[in-house]
Amino acid sequence: MSGESPTMVSTIDPSSDAADWQLRLYVAGQTHKSAAAITNLRRLCEENLAGVYSIEVIDLVQTPELARDDQIVAIPTLVRRLPKPERNVIGDLSDADRVLGGLQISPGVAHAGAPRAA
Amino acid sequence: MKTVTAVRAAKRLPTIERARTGITGFDAITSGGLPRGRTTLLCGGPGCGKTLLGSEFLARGATEFGESGVLLSFEETAAELTANAASLGFDLAALEADGRLSIDHVNLAPADLAETGSYDLEGLFLRLGWAIDQVGAKRVVIDTIEALFVVLPDEALLRSEIRRLFRWLNERGVTAVVTAERGEGKMTRYGLEEYVSDCVIVLDSRVEHQTATRRMRIVKYRGSAHSGDEFPFLITDHGFSVLPLTSVVLGHGGSHKRISTGIPRLDGMLGGKGLYRGSSMLISGSPGAGKTSVAAQFAAAACRRGEQALYIAYEESPAEIVRNMQSIGLGLEDLIDRGLLMLQSERPTGDGLESHLVRLHQLVDESAPKVVVIDPISAFRGPAEDITALLQRLLDFLKGRQVTTLMTSMASSNETLELSGLGISSLIDTWITIRSIEANGERNRVIDVIKARGIGHSNQVREFVMTAKGLDLPDVYSDGNGIAVGSERVARETELKRRNLEEARALEHRRRSAAEERTAIEAQIATLQTKLTHEQALAGELEEAIVAIRAGEAAGRSAMAQSRNVGANKRRLPALDGRR
Repeated sequence: MSGESPTMVSTIDPSSDAADWQLRLYVAGQTHKSAAAITNLRRLCEENLAGVYSIEVIDLVQTPELARDDQIVAIPTLVRRLPKPERNVIGDLSDADRVLGGLQISPGVAHAGAPRAA
Repeated sequence: MKTVTAVRAAKRLPTIERARTGITGFDAITSGGLPRGRTTLLCGGPGCGKTLLGSEFLARGATEFGESGVLLSFEETAAELTANAASLGFDLAALEADGRLSIDHVNLAPADLAETGSYDLEGLFLRLGWAIDQVGAKRVVIDTIEALFVVLPDEALLRSEIRRLFRWLNERGVTAVVTAERGEGKMTRYGLEEYVSDCVIVLDSRVEHQTATRRMRIVKYRGSAHSGDEFPFLITDHGFSVLPLTSVVLGHGGSHKRISTGIPRLDGMLGGKGLYRGSSMLISGSPGAGKTSVAAQFAAAACRRGEQALYIAYEESPAEIVRNMQSIGLGLEDLIDRGLLMLQSERPTGDGLESHLVRLHQLVDESAPKVVVIDPISAFRGPAEDITALLQRLLDFLKGRQVTTLMTSMASSNETLELSGLGISSLIDTWITIRSIEANGERNRVIDVIKARGIGHSNQVREFVMTAKGLDLPDVYSDGNGIAVGSERVARETELKRRNLEEARALEHRRRSAAEERTAIEAQIATLQTKLTHEQALAGELEEAIVAIRAGEAAGRSAMAQSRNVGANKRRLPALDGRR
């Protein structure tokens, strides 16, 4: 995210609105934690959800009202918007296994296009 | 003037600026409100009123002091908060619609949350900051931030973030209230009191003697003298009501004006003029001694002076009192109809003593009486020290308004009679007992003044009678061992009447004899007077005759000298014979 102009929504892989996995990452400004979370998330998705995901990054410094609307407290917060139900993972996403567990991503899910039954 | 000085002195003391809350009694116990621009920790157990107090702080801030607020709630939703505040008479929804209040319910859903790597609570800061900016908030309530500990596992991180939050709130310059749950053996479960250095208030709700009592204590208030006392409070439909212990000042004016007790001869025992206005009187007595009658007479006397009277009865209904007082010829109905007398029946045990005290405050506020009757204080139930504290606060409150108070107290027997007032004796200015004495097969009442501050009072024990004509203290018949009462007094009165009658007859007899004698003497005087008149007349005639003779002699001498014809005096003297 560093170097980008401060925009409300920064979408990586913008063509994937219809993606099976829609993830939203809430950050606050251009902090080390935010940058780490974005990097970690992008790598995780490429490794496990290649071609079936979209990531939306929301900077709450720019749009603080979304913190209330989306019930955000901790930063960074990753929200799995699809598939339902929503799940939240907080932190800089440095522990890949925990992130995968939190998002309930298991090997092969990318090809199946859906999470395993919880 | 004393009170004014005391208030000024109290106002000089605080160095921290206050944000007034407008909450009844709260600003008094905090010398003006919460520390402005600082954070106050409000702790207490579940259901003790933390959230409601916070809501009222914001609502009054917006409506009375023009300061908008933010309510950040971790537990109750905006709808729940609005409904609860409505029970206190505050319309949070309207304030929100006006842009004077922002309610943000932080919904923490722990089941869907995973944690990986480092994070902070910047999201919370941002949304709180946004809410503050939205309404231009000067006041913030966070209720209850500890909920985060349940959801987020990293306690060390939470502590540092909460510490940062408090610092941030100070930097924003908002007057904040942060609530926290009471912990076992600690002020708060997660020790948040460590992070708040400005003001810590503890709320408490206890059930004692089957009644719930709520109390508030200021544990800490930096830069300000504060009392560590527990202040009872009540949650009413007008919001919180905190009862300050005003007795610490004792700045009552001390009127020199006196008012009648309504019983002239009792006034006579009290130096002839009755009670000091604004003083307190206790009438203690055995059952049926006539305490209520004295109290009602006192209230009625005030009404007849055109003063407002409030009569609080714990054992009888207004209708019963009106009816019963007719037996002593006291008509209260007219006084009630004219709006001078307010007869109010209360049940002191229905709610806690504190809430009852609040109720009494409200009644006094509403009717603004000059005299108040509390009949009887022995109806209060609870630990003696609590009742004493209640009466002390009540009397302080009433004295502060120059209200003259009469309280009755029931003693189960003559033995306990004097004890019945001991606990509160120091609070009472004038203490009168009515005892019942059994002798000669009958029961009679005697009244005496145990004490009367500042009044040269009678030391006599007097009989006290209640008749259809009213209350009276009959004349005293002392027999050397005590006073005669009841039929013995009546017998003595009869004997005295008989004696008086006999004496009167004897005197009448003497009066008549004397009158007869006087008549006789007057007759004699009249006879003598007549004689005297005759003698005086004779004496006059003789005098005239003598004068005539001397005149004749003189004329003769002169003629003789002319004619030399001497001595031919042929005039005769008047005959004296038969004249006497």
